[in-house]
Amino acid sequence: MTTQTAAPQTGAWATFKAWLARPAIAGAIVVGYVILSIGLVVTLNRGSLWYPLANICAFPLLVIAPIVVLGSPLPGRLKLSIILGLIIVILPVIGVFNTSYLELAIQISIFAGLALGLNVVIGFAGLLDLGYIAFFAVGAYLWAMFTSPAETIFQINGWLVPDWAFFIFILLAVGAAGLVGILLGLPVLRLRGDYLAIVTLGFGEMIRILARNADQPINLTNGAQGLHNIGRPPLPGFAVDFTNGVAGAFGITLNNPDTVARQLMFYFLSIGLLFIVILVARRLENSAIGRAWTAIREDETAAIAMGVPLVRMKLLAFATGASFAGAIGVLYAAKQTFIDPSSFVLIQSITILAMVIVGGMGGIRGVILGAMVITLLDLHILANLSLQLNALRNIDFVIPILNFHIRDWPSQLEPSKYQPFVFGLILVLMMIFRPAGLLPEPRRKMELLAEKIDPTAPITGEVKAVPTRAPSGD
Amino acid sequence: MLLNVQNLVKSFGGIAAVRDISVGIEDGSISSIIGPNGAGKTTLFNLLTGIYKPDKGAITFDGQSLLGLRPDQVNKAGVARTFQTIRLFAGMTVLENVMVGTHSRLELSLWKTLFRTPSFRKQEQFVRERASDLLRFVGLGGRGDEISRNLPYGDQRRIEIARALASSPKLILLDEPTAGMNPNESDAATALFRRVRDELGITVVLIEHDMRVVMEISEHITVLDYGQKIAEGSPAEIRSNTRVIEAYLGRRAVETKEGTHGTA
Repeated sequence: MTTQTAAPQTGAWATFKAWLARPAIAGAIVVGYVILSIGLVVTLNRGSLWYPLANICAFPLLVIAPIVVLGSPLPGRLKLSIILGLIIVILPVIGVFNTSYLELAIQISIFAGLALGLNVVIGFAGLLDLGYIAFFAVGAYLWAMFTSPAETIFQINGWLVPDWAFFIFILLAVGAAGLVGILLGLPVLRLRGDYLAIVTLGFGEMIRILARNADQPINLTNGAQGLHNIGRPPLPGFAVDFTNGVAGAFGITLNNPDTVARQLMFYFLSIGLLFIVILVARRLENSAIGRAWTAIREDETAAIAMGVPLVRMKLLAFATGASFAGAIGVLYAAKQTFIDPSSFVLIQSITILAMVIVGGMGGIRGVILGAMVITLLDLHILANLSLQLNALRNIDFVIPILNFHIRDWPSQLEPSKYQPFVFGLILVLMMIFRPAGLLPEPRRKMELLAEKIDPTAPITGEVKAVPTRAPSGD
Repeated sequence: MLLNVQNLVKSFGGIAAVRDISVGIEDGSISSIIGPNGAGKTTLFNLLTGIYKPDKGAITFDGQSLLGLRPDQVNKAGVARTFQTIRLFAGMTVLENVMVGTHSRLELSLWKTLFRTPSFRKQEQFVRERASDLLRFVGLGGRGDEISRNLPYGDQRRIEIARALASSPKLILLDEPTAGMNPNESDAATALFRRVRDELGITVVLIEHDMRVVMEISEHITVLDYGQKIAEGSPAEIRSNTRVIEAYLGRRAVETKEGTHGTA
């Protein structure tokens, strides 16, 4: 964490910044931004030749809008209503017209949740975990094994559960993944840094290989073929009604209202789950547990000498991060309806880690931004660049002046194939220019909070004795 | 005796860092442990606080054996410490550093934390107030929200002491607390150590190289050399002890200083 030192400010620049910081001005800018981003997305013409390129510019602006609003100097309640409005009203309505936006929003929520879970382990407690995707797999497989009609032991013995059990399984996955987190944590408690990273990496691979090989002698996971037709939570009637209502209000008829409604349901489920994850992460962060984790991250020896129970706190960090991933895994399996071991490869762990690093380790807002940036880059920007290139290729577009035929662009240089290269480049640039991430974690200011209560305390401080609690057997 | 160390032995590989040390610390006293570099002073502190496990010997604190306890359990038992090289949680604020110090007195319930129960809020409030009080006590009132790594060296030493005091210890072990300080700063620090004992009633043990500080503040001095106790007594006794002078200055120094033999 580097302290951001302001660049030397000239008079005019400082005046301009002060002017910008005035709530009215800043508010107008932010509201203008939000309206502009909505307007851009709504007015996109899907028939246009340049649609993919325009789409690349428009949708990310709207996705980032909640973070922009959050960082603006608007009054808290107004901020909250704008953000809720964006998430609960604007995006679902836009999504009814273009479900690819819903799909993106779901993916972003899922990855933001995962990144927040990994952030508990890495950002809060400083334990480098490269096998994080394993806990996601535990949750996903838990739900998939109990609902997939594939010929697993569960199906043969009729142990499959009905679709409504989804919500119970989210809770079960929290427990199961948390337990696996502790099981992983126990043997690696003594390891730090690189060594911990290597062991967790191996653990992540172990779970994946276990999933691949657990079709013999008892078929638990259906091995490399994966599990198909995984159960989905029942589609509530009001979701369909809402979809038709929105479509009707704008005078269009949907030929697949159920599909759209189901996407909407998954959108709200993933947003809801993300909300819970944010709440839990925030509450843990601003507590004695969160301080203990930060202390461990900063200096393990000093932390334990100050009375922080190292073993318990580390295991709690592993378990908390794992349980987030477990719950989200259930949702992921239900949404995808098909999972196989290749859904949980090492690169997934690394992608989530990249989100945490790009966003800013430790800070919740930063990590969500990181998840947005990386997911958009992966699923939206690069994909649309490829689409744009294809569209231009099809009409044999020629770049003027250079006289370059887009048709001649080699398919090896397809933008969606750049993904690892772009990730690498971003990480390297981040390490050079913003090593603490896009939105570094701020430390909370609390002293005034404490002094407000007792403004007349003597200067020497009256230090009260604290009763020593009986040891609680740890 | 608040702390009683008997026949403590600790070797690292073939090197005996502490060989057969016995020390007693009176309740409510200020004592110093001195000795040349490598005498085993810091190792002794690390043994007392559970960071190292002794090979042999007994440590009794306040009627309870500290043997086999982990550092956090030793802290809970009432022994707090500072480090020779400052070990603050550098990225945390000053207040947060001190708040972490209260840890062994807190109830850490996951459920209460997640549901923000009244008892959780009360505890958080208490921790903040206590940390704030302690910062005022060490003279850092009003600086709690600064990032601790940004504070000057002397102030960081004060944070470390406040953080150690936060667990309401009965005994505080200060490892070279005035190292690197100028005479004015170490005078102020000495005054602070005295206040820790006088106002808070906490027994103080220092490892110290600055003889001016040691002679001024200590009621009892233990001298270590090569992992063994070579002398103990009042400052006056130590000042004239032959073996101490020998350890610090060499045998020749003693020979040229005939007639000033003292016994511990």
